[in-house]
Amino acid sequence: MHNTSPETEIRAEKSEARLPIFPRRLLWPLVALSLLFLVNLLISPEFFHLEVKDGRLYGSLIDVLNRSVPVAFLTIGMSLIIATGGIDLSVGAVMAIAGAVCANLMVGGVDNLFIVVGGGLCAGLVAGAVNGGLVGYFKIQPIVATLVFMVAGRGIAQLINGGQIVTFQNANFAFIGVGSAFGLPFPVVLLVGVLLCVHLLMRKTALGLFIEAVGCNPKASYYLGINVAVIKFFVYCLAGVLAAMAGIVATADIQGADANNIGLWLELDAILAVVIGGASLLGGRFSLAASIVGVLIIQALSTTIILSGIEPKFNLLIKASVVILVLLLQSERFQTQIKTLFAMCDPRDRHNVGRELDGL
Amino acid sequence: MPLLELDNISKTFPGVCALDGISFDVHSGEVHALLGENGAGKSTLVKVMTGVYARDSDKSNEGEKSTIKFCGQELSVLELASPANVQKLGISTVYQEVNLLPSLSVAQNIFLGREPKKFGLIDWKTVRKNSQILLQRFNLNIDVTRPLADFSVAVQQLIAIARSVDMSAKLLILDEPTASLDTKEVETLFRILSQLKSEGLGIVFITHFLDQVYEISDRITVLRNGRKVGCFKTSDLPRTTLIQHMLGKELQELAQREKPDPLKQGVEDLRDAHLRLKNVSVGSTLTNINLDVPHGQAVGFAGLLGSGRTEVCETIFAITPHQSGTMVYNGKVCKFKNPGQAIAASIALCPENRKSEGIIGELSVRENIILATQVREGWWRSIRKHKQQSLSKQAIQEFGIVTPDAEKPINQLSGGNQQKVVLARWLATQPKLLMLDEPTRGIDIGAHVEITKLIKKVCAEGMTVLVTSSEIEELVAFSDQIVVMREGKQVAELSGNDISEANILAEITNA
Ligand SMILES: Nc1ncnc2c1ncn2[C@@H]1O[C@H](COP(=O)(O)OP(=O)(O)OP(=O)(O)O)[C@@H](O)[C@H]1O
Ligand SMILES: [Mg+2]
Repeated sequence: MHNTSPETEIRAEKSEARLPIFPRRLLWPLVALSLLFLVNLLISPEFFHLEVKDGRLYGSLIDVLNRSVPVAFLTIGMSLIIATGGIDLSVGAVMAIAGAVCANLMVGGVDNLFIVVGGGLCAGLVAGAVNGGLVGYFKIQPIVATLVFMVAGRGIAQLINGGQIVTFQNANFAFIGVGSAFGLPFPVVLLVGVLLCVHLLMRKTALGLFIEAVGCNPKASYYLGINVAVIKFFVYCLAGVLAAMAGIVATADIQGADANNIGLWLELDAILAVVIGGASLLGGRFSLAASIVGVLIIQALSTTIILSGIEPKFNLLIKASVVILVLLLQSERFQTQIKTLFAMCDPRDRHNVGRELDGL
Repeated sequence: MPLLELDNISKTFPGVCALDGISFDVHSGEVHALLGENGAGKSTLVKVMTGVYARDSDKSNEGEKSTIKFCGQELSVLELASPANVQKLGISTVYQEVNLLPSLSVAQNIFLGREPKKFGLIDWKTVRKNSQILLQRFNLNIDVTRPLADFSVAVQQLIAIARSVDMSAKLLILDEPTASLDTKEVETLFRILSQLKSEGLGIVFITHFLDQVYEISDRITVLRNGRKVGCFKTSDLPRTTLIQHMLGKELQELAQREKPDPLKQGVEDLRDAHLRLKNVSVGSTLTNINLDVPHGQAVGFAGLLGSGRTEVCETIFAITPHQSGTMVYNGKVCKFKNPGQAIAASIALCPENRKSEGIIGELSVRENIILATQVREGWWRSIRKHKQQSLSKQAIQEFGIVTPDAEKPINQLSGGNQQKVVLARWLATQPKLLMLDEPTRGIDIGAHVEITKLIKKVCAEGMTVLVTSSEIEELVAFSDQIVVMREGKQVAELSGNDISEANILAEITNA
C-alpha cells in the first residue's frame, strides 16, 4: 500500500547470503567438540576405536554417548525451560524420586514393566506439575520455586526408599539401562527416539514458537493471546517427565535406587550444556541440537581427561577452564574485542569494531 | 562555528546501508529538524553521533575522511566509544524507544548515574524533591516514588525528556519525542525547548509531524534511504516541497472527511449493534462506559493522557477484564477471561506500547507477523512454511515495510517499520473487531495517509474499528462516532456532522 522506492530494493540486494539460524547456533559448539576430538586423536587414538561384540558396538565413543544419556534427557527439558526464561534446579532430585518409585514398585512385587515405568514417569510429572504450577500460575521466581524440590526432592526419595539403597532383580527393567538395540546401547536409542519426538512436537506444531515468544517478551506474548501460564506449566511438566526418564535409565543401569547419589548435581551439567549450546539464560531462541552438542562436549571432556592419564585431582579444574573457553568463544563481546586487538595494528579499521553492545 | 558537525558519515548493517556519506551540523541556539521516511536512517544517525554505534571506517581508496566535531574539536574514537562518554561531553539524548529502567522508581530513573550525594551516600530526599520540581515544569504531577512501568508510554517519554533536559547539556537530541504526546504536552515541551534554545542550547529534533517542524525548527535536514537530500532553512521551504524531498514524490492529500451519506445513516439504524458496552467499569480506572457500535463503523476515542482510552480497549480485549457492567459482542453477552478468548472471537488489539506489548524483539519479522494468526489457529496446527512466507511477503509489500528480508530479527528494524509489522500482524488475523491504540505512532506521513485509507477500507468491508489517537485530525478523517474521555469517564459523544476538530478540542478541554 506504500511506495517502496527502487533504492530500497537496491539496498536490500546487497544482503549477504543468510545462514539459517540453526547452523549458526551450532557453529561454535561443533567447533569445540571437534577440537576435543582432535586432542583425543593426538593423545589417545584408542578413543576412536570401535569394535562389534555380540552384535553391539563397543568403544570410548559409544561410552561417551551412553554416559551422556541421563544429562541429555535433563538437557532437553532444560533447554525448553530456559527458553521460557526459567530454570529448573530440581531435575536431579526428580531423577532420584523416579528411581525410588520404580525400585520400590518392583521390590513390592509389581512385575509389569509398564506399571513400573509408568509409575516412575508419573512421579516426574507430578514434580514437574508442582514446579510448573508455582512458576506459571503463582508467578514465583523459577530459581526459588524449583529450589524447594531440589532440596525436598531427595528427602522424598529417601522416605520412599526408607533410608536404604533399594536394589532389585528385574531383567526387563534392567534392559532399559544395559540392553542394546540396533547395535547401540538401549539408552542411546531411547534418547534418540525421545529427542526426535520432542523436536517434532516443538517444530511441527507452533509450540516451539510460542515458547520462544514467551521467553523473549512475556508481556507482548500475553497481548498476543498466548496463554503464558499454560506454556510455562507445560514445559516444567515435560521437563519433569524427561527427568524421570533419566532417573529410570540411571536406576536400571545400576539396578538399584540410591536416593543420595542418583543425578547428584546433574541439573548443573544440564544448565551448562544448554549455555554451551549458545542459549541465553534470559530466554528466547532455543536449539535442542545445540544443547545436545553441549552435553556431548561435557561428557567427551570427562572421558578425555580420564583417558589422557591426567591426575584426577585436575579434572574439575580442566573442565571449568574448557567450559569458560567455549563460552568466551561464543560471546559477541569477546569476539569483537579479539577483532579490536587485530584492528589495532591496522589504524584505518579502528572505528569499525568494538562496542556494538555498549549502551543498548 | 557549529556546535556539532558531522562529515561524510556512513554506517552499514549486514545487508543494509543505513547511512551513506551524511554530513550534518547543529549550531548553538538552533533547533535542527531531522526528517525522512521510516527507515530513512534518522535514528541510526543519532546513534552514530552519540556513540551507540561506531560509524563505518573510512575507505582509504575513496578520498574523504569522516569526522565528528563537537565545539570545534574532532572527537576521537575513544570519546565516541560509549554513550556514557558522549553524555559527559555535554550531549544528552532521548532515544526513540524509551530506555529507562521500568522497575526503578521515576525519581531513581531521572537521577540515574548522577545522584546527588550527601556524606558519600545518595541523598534520596533531594532526588525525590528535585524530580518532583522537574516534572512540574512539564505539568506532570505524579508520585515519583512509583515504578516507571506503572505509567503510560507518553508519561514515560515525558520523564525521559525531563531527565535529558535536566542534564544541563550543550546539545539536546530528541528522537521522536512527541510520537505519543497530546497537543497539550507538546505545547509544554515546545515552551521548554524555546526557553532552552534562547539559553544557547543546540537541539536536534526528529518527528513525523510537519506542523511541529514548522512551529519550532530553524533548519531542516532531509534524509531518504540513507542519503542526505539536503539541508534547508525552514522559512524557505514550502511544505509541499518538503514532502516531495522526503518521499521522492508527491503525497496524495490526507483523505478528507466525507459528508455522512444520508442513505447509509438510515440503514445504520437497522443494522444490529456489533459491540455494545453497558455500564462497564473497572476499578477506579473506568467508570460506566456505554458504547454502541454497529457493524462496519469506526469509533474514535479522543482525550488527554491517561483519560482511559487505552483502558477501554484493554477491557474489551480482556487484558484487564471488566468487573461490572455487560459487554455484548455479536449479539451475545461476553465475558472473556484472557486475550486468547478475545482473539478466538475475532477481536484484535494493536497495543499502544510497541516495544513492551507489541514486538517480540528476537523473533524474525515473519514470525512476528504470523504469530497472532497462529494463536488463533491454535498451537497444534502450525501454519505451513510457505504460507508464512507468503503472508509476510504480502504484509511487507502492502505496508511498505523496509527490511532486507523477512527473516531479519524485528528489533533491527526502524521504529516506524516495527509499528507497521505490528499492524500487519493484526490485520492478518482478519478480525471482525479491530482496536488500534495509537496506530500511527512513529509512522511517516506517507504511511499515515495509507493507514487512514486502510481504516476506511476495512470499515467498508464490514469490520468494526475502534481507534485511539492523539491526532484529532486523523480521528476526524475516518470516524463515524467520536467518544471523548476524561478521567476514565465518557464525557461526550459526537457523531455525523458534529464531528470536527474544533468540536472535539472543545470537548476535551472544557473541564
Ligand atoms: N541494529 C540494526 N541492525 C541492522 N539493521 C538496522 C539496525 N538498526 C537500524 N537498521 C536498519 O537501518 C535502516 C535505518 O533505520 P533507522 O532506525 O535509522 O530509521 P529511522 O529513519 O529512524 O526510521 P523511523 O522513522 O521508522 O524511526 C533501517 O532499514 C533499519 O532496518
Ligand atoms: Mg527512528
